[in-house]
Amino acid sequence: MLLQRGNKMRNISPSFTFQLAVTLLACAFLLVPAVMSIMAGFTANYFKGISSGLTIKWIIEVWELYADSIGRSIILAIACLFFTLIIGIPAAYALNQMKPRFARILEEFVSLPLSIPGLALALALLQLYGTMSGFRLSSWFILTGHVLYTLPFMIRSVLAIFTAIDLKALEEGASSLGASSWQRFKDIAVPNALPGILAGSLTVVTLSIGEFNLTWMLHTPLTKTLPVGLADSYASMRLEIASAYTLVFFIMIVPLLVALQWLSTRTQKIGESR
Amino acid sequence: MNSRYFFISCLLPLAAFSFAFLALPLVRLLFASIDSELGFGIYLEILTNARYMNSLLYTVLLSIAVTIAALFISTTAGLFLVRNHFPGHRVLIAVLTFPLAFPGVVIGFLIILLGGRQGLTNMLAQNLFDTRVIFAYSMTGLFLGYLYFSIPRVLLTVMAAAEKLDLSLEEAARSLGASPTKVLRDVILPALTPALIASGAIAFATAMGAFGTAFTLATNIDVLPMIIYTEFTLSANIAMSCALSVVLGLVTWILLIFSRSLTGNNVAAAG
Repeated sequence: MLLQRGNKMRNISPSFTFQLAVTLLACAFLLVPAVMSIMAGFTANYFKGISSGLTIKWIIEVWELYADSIGRSIILAIACLFFTLIIGIPAAYALNQMKPRFARILEEFVSLPLSIPGLALALALLQLYGTMSGFRLSSWFILTGHVLYTLPFMIRSVLAIFTAIDLKALEEGASSLGASSWQRFKDIAVPNALPGILAGSLTVVTLSIGEFNLTWMLHTPLTKTLPVGLADSYASMRLEIASAYTLVFFIMIVPLLVALQWLSTRTQKIGESR
Repeated sequence: MNSRYFFISCLLPLAAFSFAFLALPLVRLLFASIDSELGFGIYLEILTNARYMNSLLYTVLLSIAVTIAALFISTTAGLFLVRNHFPGHRVLIAVLTFPLAFPGVVIGFLIILLGGRQGLTNMLAQNLFDTRVIFAYSMTGLFLGYLYFSIPRVLLTVMAAAEKLDLSLEEAARSLGASPTKVLRDVILPALTPALIASGAIAFATAMGAFGTAFTLATNIDVLPMIIYTEFTLSANIAMSCALSVVLGLVTWILLIFSRSLTGNNVAAAG
Protein backbone atom coordinates (compact mmCIF):
# COMPACT_ATOMS: atom_id res chain seq x y z
CA MET A 1 0.00 0.00 0.00
CA LEU A 2 2.72 2.37 1.06
CA LEU A 3 4.81 1.39 -1.95
CA GLN A 4 1.91 2.09 -4.28
CA ARG A 5 1.45 5.54 -2.86
CA GLY A 6 5.15 6.08 -3.23
CA ASN A 7 4.92 5.16 -6.89
CA LYS A 8 2.04 7.51 -7.47
CA MET A 9 3.96 10.31 -5.80
CA ARG A 10 6.89 9.66 -8.09
CA ASN A 11 4.59 9.80 -11.10
CA ILE A 12 3.99 13.51 -10.70
CA SER A 13 7.59 14.31 -9.84
CA PRO A 14 9.50 17.00 -11.80
CA SER A 15 11.21 14.28 -13.85
CA PHE A 16 7.83 12.94 -14.95
CA THR A 17 6.73 16.40 -16.03
CA PHE A 18 10.01 16.91 -17.87
CA GLN A 19 9.75 13.60 -19.73
CA LEU A 20 6.15 14.32 -20.66
CA ALA A 21 7.08 17.79 -21.91
CA VAL A 22 9.92 16.47 -24.09
CA THR A 23 7.69 13.73 -25.50
CA LEU A 24 4.87 16.12 -26.34
CA LEU A 25 7.24 18.71 -27.81
CA ALA A 26 8.81 16.05 -30.04
CA CYS A 27 5.33 14.94 -31.15
CA ALA A 28 4.38 18.54 -31.89
CA PHE A 29 7.58 19.07 -33.88
CA LEU A 30 6.84 16.04 -36.05
CA LEU A 31 3.09 16.52 -36.29
CA VAL A 32 2.56 20.29 -36.72
CA PRO A 33 4.24 20.70 -40.13
CA ALA A 34 2.54 17.53 -41.42
CA VAL A 35 -0.86 18.88 -40.34
CA MET A 36 -0.02 22.27 -41.86
CA SER A 37 0.82 20.58 -45.14
CA ILE A 38 -2.48 18.67 -45.09
CA MET A 39 -4.42 21.85 -44.36
CA ALA A 40 -2.58 23.85 -47.02
CA GLY A 41 -3.57 21.20 -49.56
CA PHE A 42 -7.24 21.96 -48.88
CA THR A 43 -6.97 25.75 -48.53
CA ALA A 44 -8.06 27.96 -51.45
CA ASN A 45 -5.32 30.52 -50.75
CA TYR A 46 -2.66 29.62 -48.20
CA PHE A 47 -1.44 33.21 -47.94
CA LYS A 48 -4.86 34.43 -46.81
CA GLY A 49 -5.33 31.44 -44.53
CA ILE A 50 -8.14 28.98 -44.00
CA SER A 51 -10.73 31.82 -44.16
CA SER A 52 -10.24 31.91 -47.93
CA GLY A 53 -12.24 28.69 -48.03
CA LEU A 54 -11.71 24.96 -48.39
CA THR A 55 -11.30 23.37 -51.78
CA ILE A 56 -10.27 20.16 -53.46
CA LYS A 57 -9.24 21.91 -56.66
CA TRP A 58 -5.53 21.58 -55.77
CA ILE A 59 -5.88 17.83 -55.39
CA ILE A 60 -7.62 17.64 -58.76
CA GLU A 61 -4.83 19.73 -60.25
CA VAL A 62 -2.23 17.40 -58.73
CA TRP A 63 -4.03 14.50 -60.31
CA GLU A 64 -3.99 16.18 -63.70
CA LEU A 65 -0.32 17.12 -63.43
CA TYR A 66 1.13 14.05 -61.79
CA ALA A 67 -1.23 11.09 -62.35
CA ASP A 68 1.36 9.31 -64.48
CA SER A 69 4.14 9.57 -61.88
CA ILE A 70 1.76 8.42 -59.13
CA GLY A 71 0.69 5.50 -61.30
CA ARG A 72 4.30 4.62 -62.10
CA SER A 73 5.15 4.58 -58.39
CA ILE A 74 2.30 2.18 -57.65
CA ILE A 75 3.31 -0.17 -60.47
CA LEU A 76 6.96 0.03 -59.40
CA ALA A 77 6.03 -0.77 -55.79
CA ILE A 78 4.06 -3.85 -56.87
CA ALA A 79 6.82 -5.02 -59.20
CA CYS A 80 9.39 -4.38 -56.47
CA LEU A 81 7.32 -6.45 -54.05
CA PHE A 82 7.11 -9.28 -56.58
CA PHE A 83 10.89 -9.41 -57.05
CA THR A 84 11.74 -9.05 -53.37
CA LEU A 85 9.34 -11.93 -52.63
CA ILE A 86 10.77 -14.33 -55.20
CA ILE A 87 14.38 -13.44 -54.37
CA GLY A 88 13.99 -12.78 -50.65
CA ILE A 89 11.95 -15.71 -49.31
CA PRO A 90 14.13 -18.49 -50.78
CA ALA A 91 17.23 -16.49 -49.81
CA ALA A 92 16.09 -16.19 -46.19
CA TYR A 93 15.32 -19.92 -46.19
CA ALA A 94 18.81 -20.74 -47.45
CA LEU A 95 20.48 -18.27 -45.08
CA ASN A 96 18.73 -19.99 -42.19
CA GLN A 97 20.29 -23.30 -43.19
CA MET A 98 23.80 -21.98 -43.69
CA LYS A 99 26.59 -21.99 -41.17
CA PRO A 100 26.00 -18.85 -39.04
CA ARG A 101 29.40 -17.41 -39.98
CA PHE A 102 28.75 -17.59 -43.75
CA ALA A 103 25.16 -16.44 -43.32
CA ARG A 104 26.37 -13.36 -41.45
CA ILE A 105 28.87 -12.43 -44.15
CA LEU A 106 26.31 -12.90 -46.92
CA GLU A 107 23.66 -10.96 -45.02
CA GLU A 108 26.15 -8.18 -44.38
CA PHE A 109 26.88 -8.02 -48.09
CA VAL A 110 23.29 -7.90 -49.32
CA SER A 111 22.50 -5.34 -46.60
CA LEU A 112 25.11 -2.93 -47.97
CA PRO A 113 22.37 -0.81 -49.63
CA LEU A 114 21.11 0.03 -46.13
CA SER A 115 24.49 1.40 -45.06
CA ILE A 116 25.74 3.05 -48.24
CA PRO A 117 23.93 6.31 -49.11
CA GLY A 118 21.50 5.97 -52.02
CA LEU A 119 23.38 8.61 -53.97
CA ALA A 120 26.56 6.48 -53.98
CA LEU A 121 24.65 3.35 -55.00
CA ALA A 122 22.91 5.21 -57.82
CA LEU A 123 26.26 6.52 -59.07
CA ALA A 124 27.62 2.97 -59.03
CA LEU A 125 24.66 1.69 -61.07
CA LEU A 126 25.00 4.61 -63.50
CA GLN A 127 28.71 3.97 -64.00
CA LEU A 128 28.12 0.35 -64.92
CA TYR A 129 24.81 0.45 -66.79
CA GLY A 130 24.53 4.11 -67.85
CA THR A 131 25.60 3.32 -71.40
CA MET A 132 23.05 0.51 -71.93
CA SER A 133 20.45 3.01 -73.07
CA GLY A 134 17.58 0.53 -73.47
CA PHE A 135 17.90 -0.45 -69.81
CA ARG A 136 18.95 2.96 -68.51
CA LEU A 137 16.00 4.81 -70.06
CA SER A 138 13.33 2.36 -68.91
CA SER A 139 11.51 2.02 -65.60
CA TRP A 140 13.42 -1.26 -65.12
CA PHE A 141 16.47 0.77 -64.16
CA ILE A 142 14.57 2.42 -61.31
CA LEU A 143 13.06 -0.92 -60.35
CA THR A 144 16.57 -2.36 -60.02
CA GLY A 145 17.44 0.40 -57.55
CA HIS A 146 14.25 -0.16 -55.55
CA VAL A 147 14.76 -3.94 -55.32
CA LEU A 148 18.38 -3.38 -54.31
CA TYR A 149 17.32 -1.06 -51.50
CA THR A 150 14.26 -2.98 -50.20
CA LEU A 151 15.50 -6.58 -50.54
CA PRO A 152 17.43 -6.55 -47.22
CA PHE A 153 14.22 -5.63 -45.38
CA MET A 154 12.36 -8.61 -46.85
CA ILE A 155 15.22 -11.02 -46.11
CA ARG A 156 15.62 -9.81 -42.53
CA SER A 157 11.91 -9.82 -41.83
CA VAL A 158 11.49 -13.44 -43.04
CA LEU A 159 14.76 -14.64 -41.54
CA ALA A 160 13.75 -13.23 -38.14
CA ILE A 161 10.71 -15.54 -38.11
CA PHE A 162 12.71 -18.58 -39.27
CA THR A 163 15.16 -18.17 -36.41
CA ALA A 164 12.41 -17.39 -33.85
CA ILE A 165 10.28 -20.49 -34.57
CA ASP A 166 13.14 -23.01 -34.73
CA LEU A 167 12.32 -24.06 -38.28
CA LYS A 168 14.99 -26.75 -38.29
CA ALA A 169 13.17 -28.83 -35.64
CA LEU A 170 9.88 -28.57 -37.56
CA GLU A 171 11.60 -29.58 -40.78
CA GLU A 172 13.36 -32.55 -39.24
CA GLY A 173 9.97 -33.86 -38.20
CA ALA A 174 8.59 -33.47 -41.71
CA SER A 175 11.74 -34.91 -43.24
CA SER A 176 11.49 -38.07 -41.14
CA LEU A 177 7.98 -38.50 -42.52
CA GLY A 178 9.40 -38.39 -46.06
CA ALA A 179 8.70 -34.80 -47.14
CA SER A 180 10.92 -33.57 -49.98
CA SER A 181 12.90 -30.31 -49.83
CA TRP A 182 10.36 -28.50 -51.97
CA GLN A 183 7.44 -29.81 -49.88
CA ARG A 184 9.14 -28.72 -46.66
CA PHE A 185 9.75 -25.25 -48.09
CA LYS A 186 6.24 -24.86 -49.49
CA ASP A 187 4.21 -26.53 -46.70
CA ILE A 188 6.22 -25.69 -43.58
CA ALA A 189 8.65 -22.81 -44.10
CA VAL A 190 6.46 -20.41 -46.10
CA PRO A 191 3.21 -20.80 -44.11
CA ASN A 192 5.07 -20.37 -40.82
CA ALA A 193 6.88 -17.30 -42.10
CA LEU A 194 3.67 -15.53 -43.19
CA PRO A 195 3.74 -12.82 -40.48
CA GLY A 196 7.33 -11.99 -41.48
CA ILE A 197 6.47 -12.07 -45.18
CA LEU A 198 3.54 -9.72 -44.56
CA ALA A 199 5.62 -7.30 -42.46
CA GLY A 200 8.41 -7.43 -45.05
CA SER A 201 5.91 -6.79 -47.87
CA LEU A 202 4.40 -3.75 -46.17
CA THR A 203 7.90 -2.35 -45.54
CA VAL A 204 8.97 -2.97 -49.14
CA VAL A 205 5.90 -1.26 -50.61
CA THR A 206 6.14 1.71 -48.22
CA LEU A 207 9.85 2.24 -48.93
CA SER A 208 9.46 1.79 -52.67
CA ILE A 209 6.69 4.40 -52.87
CA GLY A 210 8.79 6.91 -50.91
CA GLU A 211 12.24 6.18 -52.36
CA PHE A 212 13.93 9.36 -53.57
CA ASN A 213 17.73 9.34 -53.22
CA LEU A 214 18.34 6.51 -55.70
CA THR A 215 15.38 7.33 -57.92
CA TRP A 216 16.35 10.96 -58.38
CA MET A 217 19.63 9.88 -59.98
CA LEU A 218 18.17 6.96 -61.96
CA HIS A 219 15.04 8.57 -63.39
CA THR A 220 14.63 10.20 -66.80
CA PRO A 221 12.02 12.84 -67.74
CA LEU A 222 9.88 9.95 -68.99
CA THR A 223 10.24 7.77 -65.90
CA LYS A 224 9.31 10.12 -63.05
CA THR A 225 8.00 8.60 -59.82
CA LEU A 226 5.85 10.10 -57.08
CA PRO A 227 8.74 11.45 -54.93
CA VAL A 228 10.53 12.77 -58.02
CA GLY A 229 7.31 14.62 -58.88
CA LEU A 230 7.20 15.88 -55.29
CA ALA A 231 10.68 17.39 -55.59
CA ASP A 232 9.57 18.92 -58.88
CA SER A 233 6.44 20.44 -57.33
CA TYR A 234 8.38 21.80 -54.32
CA ALA A 235 10.75 23.57 -56.67
CA SER A 236 8.34 24.93 -59.24
CA MET A 237 4.68 24.83 -58.12
CA ARG A 238 2.72 27.03 -55.77
CA LEU A 239 2.62 25.98 -52.13
CA GLU A 240 -0.97 24.72 -52.27
CA ILE A 241 -0.23 22.27 -55.09
CA ALA A 242 2.95 21.07 -53.39
CA SER A 243 0.92 20.53 -50.21
CA ALA A 244 -1.90 18.75 -52.00
CA TYR A 245 0.64 16.43 -53.63
CA THR A 246 2.25 15.74 -50.24
CA LEU A 247 -1.24 14.97 -48.97
CA VAL A 248 -1.72 12.40 -51.74
CA PHE A 249 1.57 10.81 -50.65
CA PHE A 250 0.43 10.69 -46.99
CA ILE A 251 -2.89 9.13 -48.00
CA MET A 252 -0.95 6.40 -49.81
CA ILE A 253 1.55 5.50 -47.09
CA VAL A 254 -0.28 6.12 -43.79
CA PRO A 255 -2.59 3.07 -44.16
CA LEU A 256 0.52 0.95 -44.87
CA LEU A 257 2.22 2.34 -41.75
CA VAL A 258 -0.84 1.76 -39.55
CA ALA A 259 -0.99 -1.83 -40.81
CA LEU A 260 2.71 -2.28 -40.05
CA GLN A 261 2.34 -0.97 -36.51
CA TRP A 262 -0.66 -3.21 -35.89
CA LEU A 263 1.22 -6.19 -37.28
CA SER A 264 4.35 -5.54 -35.23
CA THR A 265 2.42 -5.42 -31.93
CA ARG A 266 0.66 -8.64 -32.95
CA THR A 267 3.85 -10.51 -33.84
CA GLN A 268 5.39 -9.29 -30.60
CA LYS A 269 2.51 -10.93 -28.76
CA ILE A 270 3.00 -14.16 -30.75
CA GLY A 271 6.68 -14.08 -29.80
CA GLU A 272 5.83 -13.59 -26.12
CA SER A 273 3.32 -16.44 -26.00
CA ARG A 274 5.75 -18.93 -27.51
CA MET B 1 14.87 -32.98 -55.68
CA ASN B 2 18.08 -33.45 -53.79
CA SER B 3 18.20 -31.11 -50.79
CA ARG B 4 21.66 -29.81 -51.73
CA TYR B 5 20.38 -28.72 -55.17
CA PHE B 6 17.32 -27.18 -53.57
CA PHE B 7 19.49 -25.18 -51.18
CA ILE B 8 21.58 -23.86 -54.09
CA SER B 9 18.55 -22.95 -56.18
CA CYS B 10 17.18 -21.00 -53.23
CA LEU B 11 20.33 -18.91 -53.13
CA LEU B 12 20.70 -18.53 -56.89
CA PRO B 13 18.31 -15.59 -57.48
CA LEU B 14 19.92 -13.62 -54.65
CA ALA B 15 23.43 -14.43 -55.82
CA ALA B 16 22.71 -13.43 -59.42
CA PHE B 17 20.94 -10.19 -58.47
CA SER B 18 23.50 -9.08 -55.88
CA PHE B 19 26.41 -9.88 -58.16
CA ALA B 20 25.03 -7.99 -61.16
CA PHE B 21 23.53 -5.00 -59.37
CA LEU B 22 25.55 -4.64 -56.18
CA ALA B 23 29.03 -6.22 -56.38
CA LEU B 24 29.86 -5.26 -59.96
CA PRO B 25 28.55 -1.66 -59.75
CA LEU B 26 30.46 -1.03 -56.51
CA VAL B 27 33.68 -2.32 -58.07
CA ARG B 28 32.98 -0.15 -61.11
CA LEU B 29 32.46 2.86 -58.82
CA LEU B 30 35.89 2.30 -57.29
CA PHE B 31 37.50 2.11 -60.74
CA ALA B 32 35.59 5.15 -61.99
CA SER B 33 36.92 7.15 -59.03
CA ILE B 34 40.57 6.60 -60.12
CA ASP B 35 39.76 7.01 -63.80
CA SER B 36 41.25 10.49 -64.22
CA GLU B 37 44.78 11.81 -64.69
CA LEU B 38 45.06 11.97 -60.89
CA GLY B 39 44.61 8.21 -60.40
CA PHE B 40 44.61 7.33 -56.70
CA GLY B 41 45.86 10.87 -56.13
CA ILE B 42 42.22 11.96 -56.31
CA TYR B 43 41.83 10.83 -52.70
CA LEU B 44 44.76 13.08 -51.79
CA GLU B 45 43.05 15.88 -53.72
CA ILE B 46 39.99 15.52 -51.46
CA LEU B 47 42.21 16.00 -48.41
CA THR B 48 43.89 19.12 -49.78
CA ASN B 49 40.90 20.83 -51.44
CA ALA B 50 39.37 23.41 -49.06
CA ARG B 51 35.88 23.13 -50.56
CA TYR B 52 35.66 19.36 -50.07
CA MET B 53 37.23 19.46 -46.62
CA ASN B 54 34.92 22.28 -45.48
CA SER B 55 31.94 20.35 -46.77
CA LEU B 56 33.14 17.22 -44.98
CA LEU B 57 33.62 19.22 -41.79
CA TYR B 58 30.14 20.82 -42.00
CA THR B 59 28.53 17.47 -42.70
CA VAL B 60 30.30 15.77 -39.79
CA LEU B 61 29.54 18.61 -37.34
CA LEU B 62 25.89 18.76 -38.44
CA SER B 63 25.57 14.99 -38.12
CA ILE B 64 27.14 15.00 -34.64
CA ALA B 65 24.79 17.77 -33.47
CA VAL B 66 21.76 15.98 -34.89
CA THR B 67 22.84 12.67 -33.33
CA ILE B 68 23.24 14.20 -29.86
CA ALA B 69 19.89 16.01 -30.05
CA ALA B 70 18.09 12.93 -31.38
CA LEU B 71 19.63 10.71 -28.68
CA PHE B 72 18.53 13.12 -25.95
CA ILE B 73 14.97 13.58 -27.23
CA SER B 74 14.35 9.96 -28.23
CA THR B 75 15.81 8.47 -25.03
CA THR B 76 13.67 10.76 -22.89
CA ALA B 77 10.52 10.11 -24.93
CA GLY B 78 11.30 6.40 -25.41
CA LEU B 79 11.76 5.72 -21.68
CA PHE B 80 8.63 7.73 -20.94
CA LEU B 81 6.51 5.82 -23.47
CA VAL B 82 7.77 2.41 -22.34
CA ARG B 83 7.17 3.16 -18.64
CA ASN B 84 3.85 5.01 -18.82
CA HIS B 85 0.73 3.64 -20.46
CA PHE B 86 -2.18 5.99 -20.91
CA PRO B 87 -4.99 6.62 -23.41
CA GLY B 88 -3.49 7.84 -26.66
CA HIS B 89 -0.20 6.06 -25.93
CA ARG B 90 -0.24 4.20 -29.26
CA VAL B 91 -1.07 7.41 -31.14
CA LEU B 92 1.98 9.16 -29.69
CA ILE B 93 4.18 6.21 -30.71
CA ALA B 94 2.68 6.36 -34.20
CA VAL B 95 3.33 10.10 -34.49
CA LEU B 96 6.93 9.62 -33.35
CA THR B 97 7.71 6.67 -35.65
CA PHE B 98 5.76 7.25 -38.89
CA PRO B 99 8.22 9.86 -40.22
CA LEU B 100 10.62 6.94 -40.66
CA ALA B 101 8.90 6.34 -43.99
CA PHE B 102 8.93 9.95 -45.19
CA PRO B 103 11.39 10.65 -48.00
CA GLY B 104 13.95 13.37 -47.34
CA VAL B 105 12.31 15.68 -49.90
CA VAL B 106 9.01 15.63 -47.99
CA ILE B 107 10.83 16.44 -44.74
CA GLY B 108 12.56 19.35 -46.46
CA PHE B 109 9.16 20.66 -47.53
CA LEU B 110 7.76 20.28 -43.98
CA ILE B 111 10.69 22.36 -42.67
CA ILE B 112 9.89 25.02 -45.28
CA LEU B 113 6.31 25.05 -43.97
CA LEU B 114 7.72 25.65 -40.48
CA GLY B 115 10.51 28.09 -41.16
CA GLY B 116 10.34 29.16 -44.80
CA ARG B 117 9.30 32.49 -46.29
CA GLN B 118 5.61 31.56 -46.06
CA GLY B 119 6.26 29.40 -42.99
CA LEU B 120 4.53 29.22 -39.64
CA THR B 121 7.18 31.02 -37.57
CA ASN B 122 7.57 33.80 -40.10
CA MET B 123 3.82 34.43 -40.24
CA LEU B 124 3.54 34.38 -36.44
CA ALA B 125 6.56 36.67 -36.06
CA GLN B 126 5.19 39.12 -38.63
CA ASN B 127 1.76 39.25 -37.04
CA LEU B 128 2.87 39.38 -33.43
CA PHE B 129 6.21 41.18 -33.41
CA ASP B 130 6.45 42.64 -36.90
CA THR B 131 9.77 40.89 -37.58
CA ARG B 132 10.82 38.19 -39.99
CA VAL B 133 11.91 34.75 -38.79
CA ILE B 134 13.15 32.55 -41.63
CA PHE B 135 15.44 29.65 -40.80
CA ALA B 136 14.53 26.92 -43.29
CA TYR B 137 17.32 27.71 -45.74
CA SER B 138 20.09 27.95 -43.14
CA MET B 139 22.05 25.50 -40.98
CA THR B 140 19.11 25.61 -38.52
CA GLY B 141 16.76 24.36 -41.23
CA LEU B 142 19.11 21.53 -42.13
CA PHE B 143 19.53 20.65 -38.45
CA LEU B 144 15.76 20.52 -37.84
CA GLY B 145 15.15 18.54 -41.03
CA TYR B 146 17.80 15.97 -40.10
CA LEU B 147 16.45 15.86 -36.55
CA TYR B 148 13.00 15.16 -37.98
CA PHE B 149 14.09 11.91 -39.63
CA SER B 150 16.54 10.93 -36.86
CA ILE B 151 14.10 11.00 -33.92
CA PRO B 152 12.03 7.98 -35.17
CA ARG B 153 15.14 5.90 -35.96
CA VAL B 154 16.65 6.38 -32.50
CA LEU B 155 13.31 6.05 -30.74
CA LEU B 156 12.56 2.59 -32.16
CA THR B 157 15.92 1.18 -31.04
CA VAL B 158 15.77 2.81 -27.59
CA MET B 159 12.21 1.61 -26.96
CA ALA B 160 13.09 -1.95 -27.96
CA ALA B 161 16.02 -1.88 -25.52
CA ALA B 162 14.07 -0.13 -22.74
CA GLU B 163 11.40 -2.83 -22.83
CA LYS B 164 14.02 -5.42 -21.95
CA LEU B 165 15.43 -3.53 -18.94
CA ASP B 166 15.45 -5.41 -15.65
CA LEU B 167 13.11 -3.43 -13.40
CA SER B 168 14.28 -5.23 -10.25
CA LEU B 169 17.69 -3.58 -10.55
CA GLU B 170 16.11 -0.13 -10.41
CA GLU B 171 13.87 -1.22 -7.55
CA ALA B 172 16.95 -2.44 -5.66
CA ALA B 173 18.83 0.81 -6.29
CA ARG B 174 15.86 2.80 -5.09
CA SER B 175 15.33 0.76 -1.96
CA LEU B 176 19.00 1.37 -1.14
CA GLY B 177 18.21 5.08 -1.21
CA ALA B 178 19.38 6.14 -4.71
CA SER B 179 17.75 9.28 -6.03
CA PRO B 180 15.90 9.16 -9.42
CA THR B 181 18.81 10.98 -11.06
CA LYS B 182 21.26 8.44 -9.64
CA VAL B 183 19.08 5.54 -10.79
CA LEU B 184 19.01 7.03 -14.27
CA ARG B 185 22.76 7.68 -14.35
CA ASP B 186 23.99 4.50 -12.67
CA VAL B 187 21.38 1.88 -13.61
CA ILE B 188 19.21 2.81 -16.60
CA LEU B 189 21.68 4.60 -18.89
CA PRO B 190 24.48 2.00 -18.52
CA ALA B 191 21.97 -0.72 -19.42
CA LEU B 192 20.85 1.26 -22.47
CA THR B 193 24.40 2.10 -23.62
CA PRO B 194 24.67 -0.52 -26.41
CA ALA B 195 21.34 0.62 -27.84
CA LEU B 196 22.35 4.27 -27.55
CA ILE B 197 25.65 3.66 -29.36
CA ALA B 198 23.92 1.62 -32.06
CA SER B 199 21.11 4.06 -32.68
CA GLY B 200 23.53 6.97 -32.46
CA ALA B 201 25.64 5.37 -35.19
CA ILE B 202 22.55 4.85 -37.34
CA ALA B 203 21.46 8.46 -36.84
CA PHE B 204 24.95 9.74 -37.63
CA ALA B 205 25.35 7.58 -40.75
CA THR B 206 21.88 8.53 -42.00
CA ALA B 207 22.59 12.22 -41.50
CA MET B 208 25.94 11.92 -43.31
CA GLY B 209 24.30 10.38 -46.38
CA ALA B 210 21.03 12.35 -46.41
CA PHE B 211 20.36 13.99 -49.74
CA GLY B 212 16.65 14.70 -50.23
CA THR B 213 16.26 17.16 -47.34
CA ALA B 214 19.27 19.27 -48.31
CA PHE B 215 18.13 19.10 -51.93
CA THR B 216 14.68 20.53 -51.15
CA LEU B 217 15.94 23.18 -48.74
CA ALA B 218 18.56 24.25 -51.32
CA THR B 219 20.64 25.87 -48.61
CA ASN B 220 23.90 27.63 -49.34
CA ILE B 221 25.66 25.18 -47.01
CA ASP B 222 26.97 22.35 -49.14
CA VAL B 223 26.68 19.05 -47.30
CA LEU B 224 28.75 16.24 -48.77
CA PRO B 225 25.92 14.49 -50.69
CA MET B 226 25.04 17.82 -52.33
CA ILE B 227 28.70 18.25 -53.38
CA ILE B 228 28.66 14.76 -54.88
CA TYR B 229 25.47 15.62 -56.73
CA THR B 230 26.75 18.93 -58.12
CA GLU B 231 30.12 17.43 -59.07
CA PHE B 232 28.27 14.78 -61.03
CA THR B 233 25.55 16.82 -62.72
CA LEU B 234 26.85 20.38 -63.05
CA SER B 235 30.62 20.01 -63.20
CA ALA B 236 30.57 16.57 -64.87
CA ASN B 237 33.53 15.76 -62.62
CA ILE B 238 32.64 12.07 -62.59
CA ALA B 239 35.85 10.76 -61.04
CA MET B 240 35.60 13.17 -58.11
CA SER B 241 31.91 12.46 -57.49
CA CYS B 242 32.74 8.74 -57.47
CA ALA B 243 35.71 9.21 -55.13
CA LEU B 244 33.62 11.27 -52.71
CA SER B 245 30.89 8.59 -52.88
CA VAL B 246 33.45 5.92 -52.03
CA VAL B 247 34.64 7.94 -49.02
CA LEU B 248 31.09 8.63 -47.84
CA GLY B 249 30.00 5.01 -48.37
CA LEU B 250 33.01 3.64 -46.50
CA VAL B 251 32.48 5.98 -43.54
CA THR B 252 28.78 5.11 -43.12
CA TRP B 253 29.31 1.40 -43.76
CA ILE B 254 32.12 1.00 -41.22
CA LEU B 255 30.13 2.94 -38.64
CA LEU B 256 27.10 0.72 -39.10
CA ILE B 257 29.11 -2.51 -38.97
CA PHE B 258 30.45 -1.25 -35.67
CA SER B 259 26.94 -0.48 -34.44
CA ARG B 260 25.58 -3.85 -35.53
CA SER B 261 28.37 -5.65 -33.72
CA LEU B 262 26.94 -4.08 -30.57
CA THR B 263 23.25 -4.93 -30.97
CA GLY B 264 22.55 -6.93 -34.10
CA ASN B 265 19.82 -4.42 -34.82
CA ASN B 266 19.50 -2.04 -37.73
CA VAL B 267 17.06 0.53 -38.99
CA ALA B 268 17.39 1.75 -42.54
CA ALA B 269 19.72 4.57 -43.34
CA ALA B 270 17.50 6.33 -45.83
CA GLY B 271 16.41 9.97 -45.93
